[in-house]
Amino acid sequence: MKRTVPLFIAIVAGFVLLIANFIPYAEGWGLTAQEWFNILAVGAMVLGGGNLIKLHLMKVSGQRKGWGYSGVTIVCFFGTIIIGMSKFGVHPNALYPDYAWSGYYLESGSGLWWIYQHMVVPLTSMMFAMLAFYVATAAFRAFRAKNTEATLLLVTAGVVLLGRTYAGVWLFEGWLPESMLWLRFDNLTVWIMDVPNTAGTRAITIGIALGVVATSLRILLGVDRSYLGQD
Amino acid sequence: MLLAVAIPILTKTVFPEVVSKQAKMVFDAIDDLPDGSRILLSYDFDPASQGELLPMAQAFTRHCSIKGHKQYYMALWPLGSPMVDLSIDTIKSEYPNLVRGEDYVKFDYKTGGEAVIRMITQDLRGMFELDSRGISLDDIPMTKNIKNIQDMDLIINVSAGDPGTKQWVQFAATPFGITTVSGCTGVQAPQMYPYIPEQLAGVLGAIKAAAEYEAAIDESYPSIADNPKAQEAKRRMGPQLVAHSLMIGLILVGNWIFFMSRKRGQA
Repeated sequence: MKRTVPLFIAIVAGFVLLIANFIPYAEGWGLTAQEWFNILAVGAMVLGGGNLIKLHLMKVSGQRKGWGYSGVTIVCFFGTIIIGMSKFGVHPNALYPDYAWSGYYLESGSGLWWIYQHMVVPLTSMMFAMLAFYVATAAFRAFRAKNTEATLLLVTAGVVLLGRTYAGVWLFEGWLPESMLWLRFDNLTVWIMDVPNTAGTRAITIGIALGVVATSLRILLGVDRSYLGQD
Repeated sequence: MLLAVAIPILTKTVFPEVVSKQAKMVFDAIDDLPDGSRILLSYDFDPASQGELLPMAQAFTRHCSIKGHKQYYMALWPLGSPMVDLSIDTIKSEYPNLVRGEDYVKFDYKTGGEAVIRMITQDLRGMFELDSRGISLDDIPMTKNIKNIQDMDLIINVSAGDPGTKQWVQFAATPFGITTVSGCTGVQAPQMYPYIPEQLAGVLGAIKAAAEYEAAIDESYPSIADNPKAQEAKRRMGPQLVAHSLMIGLILVGNWIFFMSRKRGQA
């Protein structure tokens, strides 16, 4: 029962969406299935939050390695939920002044806005900016012309790196004849992106699409049940 | 790397930009539409990609505002919604003649990703009954006659991953033939090129393409060139040039050391 019911739901939902795409009469069924998907997605968010708390609480209670970080995660999680759901510092919507919680949850100056502006933005931007230092060290340590393929990759990367800046134009200014302008790094970058890159990506995309069709059919026909997990 | 990025920022070095074919395609897709056309702008990115994508998002907003297009904003990422607020702030401060509800509107974030796209291609109100201020779509002049996003003249998607441009192509642009352009991160751009020109009318890849797009707007609307906020992507190309040159230098030094040590090993 534990496996049969989910299997049945997956097969029915899958076929409904499939039929809705090909038969105009069944278009509405597809919309209903999508509404259900959205409702379930909200439920999944709650499930995800619950799972997160469970794991970190277990880590804190067992005082396992790094339990302090888990403590910070739990405090931040509940802090954000309480401030966000209570709409701390949010003024009522001007259209509905009698309803205290009718204001915009990210209103400038509100509690959640403060968390977003002064914690989320700097932290996520900092994480992304750190990549620059990793890429710089990787360029020095890993980008080696060890064989033909690596050399080809190295030259292409060099052309694209310079072609994506003004250096791609400036390096050739004044001495390259008009008929040879295609050799300019910015033009070569466009060619690399338009021809070899597009051809390769198309091939990969077609391969992935065929794989998706095969996997979907296996799921729809109940052959592949790996998504149900272990008993 | 810190100095390579910091020095051009502090010295405010700006280099000229040559408008590429891709940037021109995106510019034309917006500019060739009759004034007052309906444009859906979906901001599917978060603050982590803000440095790369916000300048092009703001450039889209300015271009649409200059043309007087009706702008419908939404986000498939939870942290994309505050990004939309930044564009709305730009409209309020730089184009005060535009009226909320008549010229631009914002729909709040809804969970579901591609399911949201699928739903609004059929029934906008099935997903968004109200705008972000809590007003019914039937009471907003620019939404009361909109049934679904098939009524849009163009979709602009600013994307940092999934859900993003790929989903807009799969579930809106291709099945319903809605013209779509994308502004995406440099990592994503190579995956988007195969969709051009049938499924995507153009792609802006990373800050370089954003700078070219800004240059294209400057050429057609010279008054905007005086606005320093409208030159943000161009300003960021200075650090990019120095950082990329540093990378090339590091690659060359790394290879020199590699070959020298290999030579010594053979000797």
